[in-house]
Amino acid sequence: MDEAPKLNVPVMAELTAKNESPEILFWVGCAGSYDERYQKVTRAFIKILNKINISYAVLGTEETCTGDPARRAGNEFLFQMQAIANIQVLDRYNIKKIVTACPHCFNTLKNEYPDLGGNYDVIHHSVFLQQLIDEGKIKVKEGGSFKGKKITYHDSCFLGRANDIYEAPRKILEEMDAHLVEMKNFKSRGLCCGAGGAQMFKEAEPGAEEIYDKRTTEALATGASVIASACPFCMTMLSDGIKNKEKESEVEVKDIAEIVAESLNL
Amino acid sequence: MAYLQQIIFFVILSAAGYILWKRVTLIRSNILLGKDLDRTDNRSERLKSMLLVAFGQRKMFKNITPAILHLFVYVGFIVINLEVLEFIIDGLAGTHRIFAPYLGSFYNVLMNIFEFLAASVLIACIVFLFRRNVFKVKRFTQPEMTSWPLLDANLILITEILLMLAILSMNATDQVLQTRGINGYIFTGQLVFSSLLVPLFDGLPAGWLVFIERFAWWFHIIGILGFAVYITYSKHLHIFMAFPNTWYSDLAPMGKMESMDSVTNEVKIMLGLTTDEGSAQAPEEIGRFGVKDINDLTWKNLMDAYTCTECGRCTAECPANQTGKKLSPRKIMMDVRDRMEEVGNSLAKNGKGLDDGKSLLGDYITKEELNACTSCNACVEACPVLIDPLQIILEMRRYIAMEESGSPAQWNIMFQNIETSFSPWKFAPTDRFNWEKK
Repeated sequence: MDEAPKLNVPVMAELTAKNESPEILFWVGCAGSYDERYQKVTRAFIKILNKINISYAVLGTEETCTGDPARRAGNEFLFQMQAIANIQVLDRYNIKKIVTACPHCFNTLKNEYPDLGGNYDVIHHSVFLQQLIDEGKIKVKEGGSFKGKKITYHDSCFLGRANDIYEAPRKILEEMDAHLVEMKNFKSRGLCCGAGGAQMFKEAEPGAEEIYDKRTTEALATGASVIASACPFCMTMLSDGIKNKEKESEVEVKDIAEIVAESLNL
Repeated sequence: MAYLQQIIFFVILSAAGYILWKRVTLIRSNILLGKDLDRTDNRSERLKSMLLVAFGQRKMFKNITPAILHLFVYVGFIVINLEVLEFIIDGLAGTHRIFAPYLGSFYNVLMNIFEFLAASVLIACIVFLFRRNVFKVKRFTQPEMTSWPLLDANLILITEILLMLAILSMNATDQVLQTRGINGYIFTGQLVFSSLLVPLFDGLPAGWLVFIERFAWWFHIIGILGFAVYITYSKHLHIFMAFPNTWYSDLAPMGKMESMDSVTNEVKIMLGLTTDEGSAQAPEEIGRFGVKDINDLTWKNLMDAYTCTECGRCTAECPANQTGKKLSPRKIMMDVRDRMEEVGNSLAKNGKGLDDGKSLLGDYITKEELNACTSCNACVEACPVLIDPLQIILEMRRYIAMEESGSPAQWNIMFQNIETSFSPWKFAPTDRFNWEKK
């Protein structure tokens, strides 16, 4: 890990000190910042951002939890403490546009911060990447490592049902000529990974089966060698599911950003 | 004697109308036990939602077999009720098939359409009975589908079957009487579906036929009026409630949770952001945070409960329920209605109402159910009439977290982590940007 080259990541406070205001803020999220697996997704996405020469920045240590898990677990006080404090930071830097690789951060920033006075143009990284492909700013076909490969896409609830984003991640996979196969339940009927609604932070209630095991079974039934996801929680749950079923050597869980970065040989 | 039947009919019709009016008034006042909520905005969006989802049954078509069967019953219900208009006029005026002379040959077309629909409803209801009781489709046999919900469902189907059989028998005997030239039985032309029943009645004497025809007529109209009253006690109320419920549905993206203004004021005071406005005034009566009982819900949540027909599509799609957890979104809706009716009935008798020592949380819905929800919105997406069980679940979690501090221990740790480290995990905030160097 330590030998990986240091990425060149512009930080908001430093840019502001130089009187620069970037076009877009990359909201990394807690999982993208601390979770070892999802840090790789963050780095993959940064590499894409660096490649396209877009003016962006991150908040660095000034970023804090959006408050989503607190709100879904019922603690509205804590949610609003986080939200109002975050809005103060975002507004101090005069942020207009935010991209994030976490559907939970995305949903909260986009749909819930406006009630508390935070109004931003918020975009999820899957939609952002699809737009880059559409605009010809990145050409995923060049790499070709996913050509013909059987890939299934797992819908994040907070992206899909919550915000009606079903097509962007699929279009990206189709762009690279991957063989996209659907699970038994997909799009608006996609089965949850089990982590939403703050379940990520506690044991499941007593039951017959873990939700992530059920979803992993559906994913494995497609025969795909890659399960594509676009959410840090889904990635954790599905990776655990694959491990439980001892399929790590055959099936990988990859984020859309990692797949794009790989096809660009980044 | 000539007017006796008309008088009896008038009395029955008036009684049914009076009981219905009383029932509707009670249901309305029960819904208004809920908190205020403004849903008067965006009328064109709301109209579209009602037309597509309720009138156009759009969400039913995710599952094609029940969708088509349901469509027959639904169209049958709407169209056959046009015939009830003729029944009522005939009943009050002492006439027989009053529309026939005016509509001429079109009356025959109309009657044949009614008969086609009556036969379709009949077949659909028989299939539905089989699905429920013989094939035992999973969503109809889950734990909350106990005595009354199961009986209610079967009673509805059997009543509809009997009502349709009455229409077809009435038309069959009427046709036999017409061919015998009995006075008063005006020629309707051939009625295709009831003709199939004619051999059953063909050999009977005219007196018997008139008796059966009249019996079927009275059975059908009293049956319809009785059914109208019955559904106000039943899950079948969706046939009316689906329309207002889709009109008043939440138009925001499903992922959005309602903000709590009462909390915003306090948070702004704590962060030192508030103006004098908030602190100078005596605070308004701060209600409870979140939902403990039905009066903490909004009237729309309560309307949702009256709209639920217990079809169980929500529960069938719920990931928690599918993996054996106690949560069932349908049960949440049934519990809300049961508690609301308990309180409403008590208040109607000047009883204790909400102060009966019981509450929705605890006596009806347990924490274990609420804690199992992943807020995935599968239940909301699944509902053909735009009911939102998730909002109720999350509002009850708010009560547990903020009024009782009764969240699961691991969530309390997560809260602490956010408070102290600004992340749900316990990492040092200064390490947040370390991913850059890794």
